[in-house]
Amino acid sequence: MKNCEYQQIDPKALATPSPAPTPSRPCLEKKPKRLKRKWEVFPGKNRFYCDGRIIVARQSGVLPLTLGLILVTSGLFFIFDCPFLVQHLTSCIPVIGGVLFVFVVISLLQTSFTDPGILPRATPEEAADIEKQIDNPINSSSSYRPPPRTKEVVINEQVVKLKYCFTCKIFRPPRTSHCSLCDNCVERFDHHCPWVGNCVGKRNYRFFYMFIVSLSFHTAFIFGCVTTHLALRSQGGNGLVFALQQSPASALELVVCFFSVWSILGLSGFHTYLVAANLTTNEDIKGSWSGKSGNEESGNPFSYNNIFKNCCSVLCGPMPPSLIDRRGFVPTEDEVRAIPAEMELPSIKTDINMVGRGPTSGHAPPPFLPPNP
Amino acid sequence: MAETHSLQDLRQQAAIASKVFVQRDYTSGTVCKFQTKFPTELEARIEKQQFEETIQTLNNLYAEAEKLGGKSYLEGCLACLTAYTIFLCMETHYEKVLKKIAKYIQEQNEKVYAPLGLLLTDPIERGLRVVEITIFEDRSIGSR
Repeated sequence: MKNCEYQQIDPKALATPSPAPTPSRPCLEKKPKRLKRKWEVFPGKNRFYCDGRIIVARQSGVLPLTLGLILVTSGLFFIFDCPFLVQHLTSCIPVIGGVLFVFVVISLLQTSFTDPGILPRATPEEAADIEKQIDNPINSSSSYRPPPRTKEVVINEQVVKLKYCFTCKIFRPPRTSHCSLCDNCVERFDHHCPWVGNCVGKRNYRFFYMFIVSLSFHTAFIFGCVTTHLALRSQGGNGLVFALQQSPASALELVVCFFSVWSILGLSGFHTYLVAANLTTNEDIKGSWSGKSGNEESGNPFSYNNIFKNCCSVLCGPMPPSLIDRRGFVPTEDEVRAIPAEMELPSIKTDINMVGRGPTSGHAPPPFLPPNP
Repeated sequence: MAETHSLQDLRQQAAIASKVFVQRDYTSGTVCKFQTKFPTELEARIEKQQFEETIQTLNNLYAEAEKLGGKSYLEGCLACLTAYTIFLCMETHYEKVLKKIAKYIQEQNEKVYAPLGLLLTDPIERGLRVVEITIFEDRSIGSR
């Protein structure tokens, strides 16, 4: 919503008019105020590092713990178990372990630091436009919250309800959900994972999936290697206790791996099912497509009904861009109202000769009639 | 009405009369597609066919960006093998098409919309939610 602004006309400025419109590029800004990047004024509860290149949720959750566990366990494995196993078995072991470790750490960092698919909030004009379209505009007291506004759309012969988000002031696209921890609407919202300290959504789901799959292989691999190591050491009548005394670090690794391998393998299996069915955790938990109202025809309208195609579209599909433009500059008030430099609106120029000079297409523009207020 | 009444401003820039928002069309799922329904506010300014052609071209370009085909699968598989690190160095297919879209919108603005006192905003600047069309009011003053 815009206000009428009556600005004092500066007589000095009138004497020397500048014909060119204000340039819209921030680097030509003459004001001494430092231009802010969009991440600095981002409304959600996120934190940014490296001048907006890295984005994380406000609460890092247990990400340091996750990272610590992986680094410590893998480190102990390479230092204490690998030398013995290389000697007695094969030198492939540290190589395989190394590759898995690299995959795990890289995919973890990518899951944590990538924008999950955050939808930027509506501009004031957009929000006003949507308000107009909704039947009952809210004029009464702000304490009463109206019932959730929904819009129905038919996708793949199925009725899908789009909910209005009061925080972001938009109708959420299908499969989008608002994360209360990050205070953002996230596209294809899966869940907010405290282990990675970020939401898992459209843009980072493939990193998350790779993380849990590679972590399950890695954990299982370390578990297997440590068991083999201890088994080899306790051969020849030495016993397990002796083996553990010789290599105490292996005990710690064994405990960590034993408890994590089941949950991580379970999670990988669950997400493999979700990928094959083109579902999100959010939808699965809520039972959005499982025919809760006894409607047998309702299925997932987004599924291709082909496991291979579902997997390919979720994991190998095109990588969508980040919509929040973290490193862009916030346009100042003047730039918002000025037309871009390359535009020429012949009708607004007061020079009489301009009427004859049309745009590049060569023809004279039609006469402009001022609209009736 | 959103206007600034500074004489200086009016001589320099057109005042924004209103903005029209073309919303997303979700009938084909979550792919990026905009409604081709002709907004009533634009009836006086531009032909329906021209508008529909612009939106349809945009829709086709976005469909090309999000297309699941051999090329995107290849890119995805290659990325998976390198632990997705190639995204840090390589421009994705989607980003290439977005550049094409930006160029198309600029071209459309220069050739078609600016002479009619309209301005298309690239949907990427609005989070791919809407195509924002700014309607400029003719506020020419001075000797005519």
